Amino acid sequence: MTDLATYNFAYLDEQTKRMIRRAILKAIAIPGYQVPFASREMPMPYGWGTGGVQVTASIIGPEDVLKVIDQGADDTTNAVSIRAFFQKVANVAVTTHTSDATIIQTRHRIPEQKLGENQVLVYQVPIPEPLRFLEPRETETRKMHALEEYGLMHVKLYEDIAHNGRISKTYAYPVKVDGRYVMDPSPTPKFDNPKMHMSDALQLFGAGREKRIYAVPPYTEVVSLDFEDYPFEIQKFEQDCALCGAHGVYLDEVVLDDKGGRMFVCSDTDHCEDRREHGHVGEMLAPSKEAAE
Amino acid sequence: MTDTPLLKVSGVSKFYGSRIGCKDVNFELWPGEVLAIVGESGSGKTTLLNCLSTRLMPTAGSVEYRMRDGNFRDLYHMSEAERRFLMRTDWGFVHQNPADGLRMTVSAGANVGERLMAIGDRHYGKIRETASDWLSRVEISTDRIDDQPRAFSGGMRQRLQIARNLVTGPRLVFMDEPTGGLDVSVQARLLDLLRGLVNDLGLAAIVVTHDLAVARLLSHRMMVMKDGHVIEHGLTDRVLDDPREPYTQLFVSSILQV
Repeated sequence: MTDLATYNFAYLDEQTKRMIRRAILKAIAIPGYQVPFASREMPMPYGWGTGGVQVTASIIGPEDVLKVIDQGADDTTNAVSIRAFFQKVANVAVTTHTSDATIIQTRHRIPEQKLGENQVLVYQVPIPEPLRFLEPRETETRKMHALEEYGLMHVKLYEDIAHNGRISKTYAYPVKVDGRYVMDPSPTPKFDNPKMHMSDALQLFGAGREKRIYAVPPYTEVVSLDFEDYPFEIQKFEQDCALCGAHGVYLDEVVLDDKGGRMFVCSDTDHCEDRREHGHVGEMLAPSKEAAE
Repeated sequence: MTDTPLLKVSGVSKFYGSRIGCKDVNFELWPGEVLAIVGESGSGKTTLLNCLSTRLMPTAGSVEYRMRDGNFRDLYHMSEAERRFLMRTDWGFVHQNPADGLRMTVSAGANVGERLMAIGDRHYGKIRETASDWLSRVEISTDRIDDQPRAFSGGMRQRLQIARNLVTGPRLVFMDEPTGGLDVSVQARLLDLLRGLVNDLGLAAIVVTHDLAVARLLSHRMMVMKDGHVIEHGLTDRVLDDPREPYTQLFVSSILQV
């Protein structure tokens, strides 16, 4: 065995990590501000989390315990392959338990379990610019951020109410961070927006294709934009989780057959498993009455 | 009209390399006054308008504006944030092509409401009420409030653009050929509407046009431009009825008579 053809710890070379860490520090210093960085090519396609992977690679150390989730689940393709990637290039411990992890890389969801001060949440962001679909010019959106001209964001919400009678935006719901920058919380459902507010954990956002990093430091105000007469609301679910019976969590709808059969199940798989281990049982796992008779 | 002007323009020049855009323009504009800038195309009308409305940096000269607190400020010594704030509250800019001044992909109501939201209005019901009020003032039926300007005729778009500009109660409106590209009967209605609004609201306006009829109907005073220079300046009726400069005489007599 020779040392020659091996990877540097955590794939990226040390100079690249320094560059990304500098961008992260700047992002933490200016909450919600999008810091440009020289995004590298990663061994995966854009849109699979190249930004998040670079952020994770720059902050991970040999002592860290990594958890990767995609749509709240630990066992989907994206989560499995990113977890395997860091096992291979950094040889770090990995876990699916939220409470054991020190770094959680996520796409779409914030774990149901409250995060602590010793944890970092890394988001994979496809489009970091909240004003993008309203104003296509990058020069103009930067100016709007610099001069705090955010009227346009409310135009979008106004349109939602005018056409649908309510704010119909359900994900990537714009927030104002620390009373200054309007930020796109990436494709997380608006259900998770309140969890960002005054979070104990550091939240880092990496957009690889768009080459931007931004951050929400711990204990920072994160306010979802709304109107006085149409206040911000999160999704509400009428059902409980079919497996663990959890209420007030974010649920995924799973189609069971082609006859209209469906179930609602926790999107956070770790949370669901943990509850089942502790004896909570949902509708589908409960022994049915017919069977008991 | 009060004793102090709203806008003081002195020595404004704009050069494109060695070419003259406009040269050494001086005038003052009082509150409630409508000034028309006329001239053939290429005479520097639009360059001058853009210099005055901070859309284009002049090569020399100063433009001072009396803020709501009564103090004059040089527009080119303000910060960009202040200038942009001024442009979307105290000023209006009506483009020749409504598509330049409107957001074509959001509804008419949101187009009118945008300025209100930009200055911090956060009550949907009130924004909508103001928007529908302004739509009816510019003679757009209020049941069109949720339609996009794409679905509007040229005349309606232009009226919507005017409503969008006037909703914050500006004191000064710049108009670049506001009736260009509209057919004659629509032009007449639009001019009638504009004249009413300018009178009712006591707006000051600077209107760039090559159409002398527009100048006659809307403006109190008039400046005639040729090759970047202001060659004649006076009350509209005086300039049109008794033009002094040979070029103005030619210009006035070239109006087609039907």
